[in-house]
Amino acid sequence: MFWNLPYIAVVILSVIGLATILLKRNLIKIFFGVSILTSAVNLFIIALGYREGGIAPIYTYAVSENMVMATPQALTLTSIVIGVATTALMLSFAVVIYRMYGTVNVDEIRELKE
Amino acid sequence: MIPGYITTNAPALLIAVPLLGAFLSPLIGRISRDTRALWVLAVMTLTTLIGYLTAFLVYTEGTLIYVFGASEASLAIPPDSGGIPIRIIFTLDAMSALMVTIAVTVGFAVILYSLTSDARRSGLEAYYTIFLLMIGAVLGMVSTGDLFNFFVFLEISSLASAGLVAYKVENGRAVEAGLKYLLVSTIGGIFFLFAIGILYGQYNALNMAMLADMIQWTPLDKLALVLVVAALAAKCGAVPMHFWTPDAYSMAPSAVTAMLVVASQASLYGLFRICFTLYGITLNYVTIGWVIIILGILSMIIGVTMAIPQKDIKRLMAYHAVSQTGYMLLGVGVGLAVLGDQALLNSYGMTAMEGGIFHIFNHAMYKGLLFLTAGAIIYQVGTSDLNRMGGLGHRMKWTMIFFIIGALAIAGIPPFNGFASKFLIYESVFAFSPILSVIAMVVSILTLASFVKVFHSVFMGPPLPGNEQVREAPHTMLIGMTILAAIVIISGIFPEFFVQNLITPAAHALTDQAGYISAVLGGA
Repeated sequence: MFWNLPYIAVVILSVIGLATILLKRNLIKIFFGVSILTSAVNLFIIALGYREGGIAPIYTYAVSENMVMATPQALTLTSIVIGVATTALMLSFAVVIYRMYGTVNVDEIRELKE
Repeated sequence: MIPGYITTNAPALLIAVPLLGAFLSPLIGRISRDTRALWVLAVMTLTTLIGYLTAFLVYTEGTLIYVFGASEASLAIPPDSGGIPIRIIFTLDAMSALMVTIAVTVGFAVILYSLTSDARRSGLEAYYTIFLLMIGAVLGMVSTGDLFNFFVFLEISSLASAGLVAYKVENGRAVEAGLKYLLVSTIGGIFFLFAIGILYGQYNALNMAMLADMIQWTPLDKLALVLVVAALAAKCGAVPMHFWTPDAYSMAPSAVTAMLVVASQASLYGLFRICFTLYGITLNYVTIGWVIIILGILSMIIGVTMAIPQKDIKRLMAYHAVSQTGYMLLGVGVGLAVLGDQALLNSYGMTAMEGGIFHIFNHAMYKGLLFLTAGAIIYQVGTSDLNRMGGLGHRMKWTMIFFIIGALAIAGIPPFNGFASKFLIYESVFAFSPILSVIAMVVSILTLASFVKVFHSVFMGPPLPGNEQVREAPHTMLIGMTILAAIVIISGIFPEFFVQNLITPAAHALTDQAGYISAVLGGA
């Protein structure tokens, strides 16, 4: 049970993230949802990569039997960087939209609907 | 003739050249506008040549493996790694080579076109950087053999495309469209990463061949497949998640729209690659095949019915793009639905897949051409509203001819290429289920009707007031269109040549899961 806690957290975070994206009307809050969802996936991959008693693969000091391949950590690091870029681009779009329309409410940003 | 170090490293150069060119272009653009234009054109020409070289190598010598960081391709699995391919591996089989060919051809035509069509705008240093990044990302998506690497290129292409869609930043609607596209692709990307996590947790591998070798079709694998299909179907603009397509396609500059079509098709490629190569025979192919067929049919019908009442020329074409994506899903979906049954696969399954894959090729060409003609019209008239165009036929003769070629090709009229691929689809889908084939034909007729309407309102009749000064589009724009139009005509007149040499190997590469696995993992 105890070792499943990270996965339970992943499920809770995903639900919160998806609910925020689907239910909130404020663009900034939708971006929160996207960030929370990204964090959920990052936590999921990190939790997958955890091996009890494993050591980081630093060859100089490690005992070679228990080294853990660092792929999940590498994946998460990449995903975090991508997440930063995405968030930055989304927020800059929100800035432009706020200047143009004077609102960040998605119900009022409806110029394209016809 | 070509130095050996280029041929051996062609897959790496395919990504390296556009990426390096992208990041150097703002620097070189400081010299002068013309230098920048020359630089961008040179980078794209080089990329195109390397793309053709890579595709040629794949078609003549079979699947190409490139292992990053290894001295030779046979080191795909390092001897001390315990049988796991740790390094990032590019695996180019015939299907990838076809997509590379499409991407570089359209990329070259649109870059040429865009040098004039967007020359009046500001912010060009960023524009060309992002444009080349997008082309590099598309090339990466179709050549990689590593799931996580695919995700990274998917995200690069999402970010670059969203940035380009919102390029006309002074127009709030363009930013709105860019934001919509970015949200859809980001959420899709998160789903995709989640699926990667699920697969990695079970099989400890990210390499597609390695995963394909071990995949079991456990409940978790099913969940991963659902996430992947949802993510990539959203990215390629199939129906339940198609709402971003008309907005993004209509708001982006026209050259970008033509490239967006290719980016969507790279997602489509990812969908097919994962269904066929990663899961292959282990997945419940009848169910998944039907899911893809139904997505395709819905895209076809909803796309074309939404297109007919549109008043904006690019929005109308965007809905047709949704509808044409349906044909590709239908063709390849039929192939997937009979994947396990060798007799049915031989009798019509392969033909359906060839039709679907040929349609990917044709669609990239004629849809790119149509968006470029729309861009030329908007460039000269200054509006995208169909009601405010009219009588342009005399003043924009070449654009009109290119538009006719594109419109007849999309409607599936011989001798243009749309007919060749649609005929393969009709014929084989009829053997599978006649009703689907009838739906496909009806959609084609509606497409023709819609384009006749566009043709009439844009080119026929007297010139509307305010359009008297309209002239023909500039030469570089016409050259870009000529390249695509020539391919549309040639592949329509000699479809056998294209099908035998390009499409059939691609279709076989998709169904030949064992060949893909052994190419990477060796005979073991």
